[in-house]
Amino acid sequence: MSATKANVKKDAKAKPAKKEPDKAMATVYIMGKAYRVPADATIMGAIEYAGYQIKRGAGCREGFCGACATVYRLPGDYKIYTGMACMTLVQDGMYLSQIPAIPAQRPVYDLSELKANVQTFQKLYPEIFRCVACNTCTKACPQELEVMDYIQAAKRGDVEKVMDLSFDCLSCGLCAIRCPAEIVHYNVGILGRRLFGRYLRKNSDHLDKRIAEVKDKKFDREYKEMMKMSKDELKKKYYARDNE
Amino acid sequence: MYPEFMHDSLKKVEATRARRIELERSGKNVFPPMSAEEREDVLKKFHPDYKADSRRTIRVGPNKGEVLTTEVADMLESHTRIGAAMFDLSSPDYETDLLIVGGGGAGCAAAIVGREHGTKSIISTKLRLGDANSMMSQGGMQAAVTAKDSPTIHYLDALGGGHFDNKADLVRALTEDGPEVVKWLEDLGVVWDKNPDGSMYVLHGGGTSRKRMHSCRDYTGAIIMRTLMDEVRNHPDDIQILEFMPTIELFLDEKGRCAGGVLYNLETEEYFTVKAKAVIIATGGYGRLHIRGFDTTNHYGATGDGLVMAYRAGANLLYMDSVQYHPTGASFPEQIAGFLITEKIRGAGGQPLNKSGELFVWPREPRDVESAAFIRECLERQNGIQTPSGRWGVWLDSPVIEVIQGAGYINKNFPAMYRQFIRYNIDITKEPMLVYPSLHYQNGGVEINDRCETNVKGLYVAGEASGGVHGRNRLMGNSVLDYNVFGRRAGRYAAEYARTAVLGKLSLDHLTAYEEELQKAGIVTDRIAPVLLPSYTPEEVKKRQFTAHYEGTLR
Ligand SMILES: Cc1cc2nc3c(=O)[nH]c(=O)nc-3n(C[C@H](O)[C@H](O)[C@H](O)COP(=O)(O)OP(=O)(O)OC[C@H]3O[C@@H](n4cnc5c(N)ncnc54)[C@H](O)[C@@H]3O)c2cc1C
Ligand code: FES
Repeated sequence: MSATKANVKKDAKAKPAKKEPDKAMATVYIMGKAYRVPADATIMGAIEYAGYQIKRGAGCREGFCGACATVYRLPGDYKIYTGMACMTLVQDGMYLSQIPAIPAQRPVYDLSELKANVQTFQKLYPEIFRCVACNTCTKACPQELEVMDYIQAAKRGDVEKVMDLSFDCLSCGLCAIRCPAEIVHYNVGILGRRLFGRYLRKNSDHLDKRIAEVKDKKFDREYKEMMKMSKDELKKKYYARDNE
Repeated sequence: MYPEFMHDSLKKVEATRARRIELERSGKNVFPPMSAEEREDVLKKFHPDYKADSRRTIRVGPNKGEVLTTEVADMLESHTRIGAAMFDLSSPDYETDLLIVGGGGAGCAAAIVGREHGTKSIISTKLRLGDANSMMSQGGMQAAVTAKDSPTIHYLDALGGGHFDNKADLVRALTEDGPEVVKWLEDLGVVWDKNPDGSMYVLHGGGTSRKRMHSCRDYTGAIIMRTLMDEVRNHPDDIQILEFMPTIELFLDEKGRCAGGVLYNLETEEYFTVKAKAVIIATGGYGRLHIRGFDTTNHYGATGDGLVMAYRAGANLLYMDSVQYHPTGASFPEQIAGFLITEKIRGAGGQPLNKSGELFVWPREPRDVESAAFIRECLERQNGIQTPSGRWGVWLDSPVIEVIQGAGYINKNFPAMYRQFIRYNIDITKEPMLVYPSLHYQNGGVEINDRCETNVKGLYVAGEASGGVHGRNRLMGNSVLDYNVFGRRAGRYAAEYARTAVLGKLSLDHLTAYEEELQKAGIVTDRIAPVLLPSYTPEEVKKRQFTAHYEGTLR
């Protein structure tokens, strides 16, 4: 749910084009307690509507940061579901609880001393070899990533695959909290991405060239000229520039 | 799924699509870009900054007498949370070289580089490390690295975008450091999008004359932020991270040098004092102040805290009269209203259309101009679409991208965007999105020089909290670059300063003086700042909280 009623509250006398029907409501159980909330609310919106001031459990509010991990059950269904509170809509009868933090350690390492191979994963995250391929992590992922597959890739030292499959990971930790082998998947993903970026990327020669040019002060004169120009001269130059 | 009443308009969008694709393929501009005069005209008439009550004169502090954004002036003319008498200033709870306020991109970059220059630091941050606007950027980062481009062309683009109000030395630092930053991040393990031959994959953004937008799919910010955080966490002996511990005021010493700050534990509600040789403010922007009632793209903690702390300590603000509205915030469905739809969609060929399915503006005008043109199309020309909750919107046609760039392009390059809409049964590979300007970026901030120094000795500022780099309008991709360039510079120059800085006694006298100034100016208010978090508690609930005591927005 967004903060304001309309995006143009002050700047336009926008009248709703269609009269809003009386808001449909739903009952949700926030940490076991029933609240009536708008039926089309996100879980985060519902928690705030119920009167909570969130401190833990909200960060970006747009599905990037992973602060709002939530587990829930639905009526008449034994399954545990997972979702991000900022992105998941409530359902009538939902039993939900946010997870304020995921306990997880991560080893300290010096990237410049690592190699992009299986031994690195072995050394830093030996527990990945306890993976029993149950796929619970994948089922728990609110981003629908192939989590187990990237853990398996790490076990083979396939760094590129770890990078590729974990790319959209939010580090929400729902995989880690569900894993019977007690793996902290998202940290393995970050390691894989950093190893790829540093060691397995293709080099961009033009980038190195440009950096050398800057170091050699190649643009110094041009900068100085432009920094001396008046606003009008700059304007003229700007509107006359060509577009790629 | 779009409601019935929008279907007619959607059909029109489909009907004009083939023609618009032809146009895009012809290589010509799909719509004529505006001249300088046209830009000025549409801004004056339709940009929210130009509304009569959008700005007012500030009555206290270093910028006294200047005209600022009303909500900013309100925030600055407010009371502190604390009194000087509450603290025993002779024995601080923590001591360190650098107090870094804000664990977003600029803060983490500063900590990493500060450490390389031999300093220890404490990062005080409001939520978790990385819960920040930096985590959210999708589109990318500008840097002039291709043969067709140069840092000086980038310089001119940035100036033009900022209406030539940018501080020249800052823009030079921004654009000249750019290529180095790309490499620095890559060596830290950021996975940039590349072409098969290894060259950087670069796109256009609004206001760029060369392709120089670097990206990591549409998780650019998340990839960079997580890399920086991960690196910060590799140095626990040198960098201490204090989460849910925002800084709420700064210390000065008797010579007026910045000397640390007061931190507030959001959970236990305790206050702690930190003595530091230098302070770097990296608190980001202010979207959660919901200026003019607009929805925002910003993270939960974006409440402009750094501005008010620095201001009370005597720092000058620059260009705090200009607000950036991102042209393409989501307008429908309501649950994601205000969410950012990356400019890269337009960079890849996406087209804004009115209700008749027609182009009405060049897709890549600078943000303020593009936003004003959207507002004009809706409010004056009545060519927008209204949603059931009363929001306006114009279409942003994404299916054209699948044709222009090839099938599968959206899923590969905009997975976050695709996910956001498919939850509501809107498939953006087949249907357009409905968009309207959303409160996005704090163009101005605390005035700095190219060493990130402010007029208060020992106080450094970097990232969105700073002012001058972008003039009165930032271009897409220049703020991810900004927080890296200036985060690094702040880390370095603050570290160099801290090495020799000798501090006197800690003092909060400036708060007392500020309160007196408020009183003298006849300002009577119950406003409290820093705001820390917005409140979305419904009024109905508040009415029942008979014994609750609110300090600002927080109980
Ligand atoms: C949705 C979105 C998309 C964007 N896309 C792009 C893009 O594609 N390209 C581009 O160039 N720019 C983009 N931007 C802008 C850019 O991401 C930000 O301007 C930039 O990341 C700001 O970095 P920062 O480090 O200054 O601030 P932030 O990353 O916001 O970090 C500030 C940190 O300080 C914390 N904080 C706040 N107050 C306090 C306090 N009192 N005490 C302690 N900590 C505090 C905050 O919680 C936060 O963690 C986007 C912004 C948003 C919101
Ligand atoms: S709040 Fe960031 S993912 Fe939900």
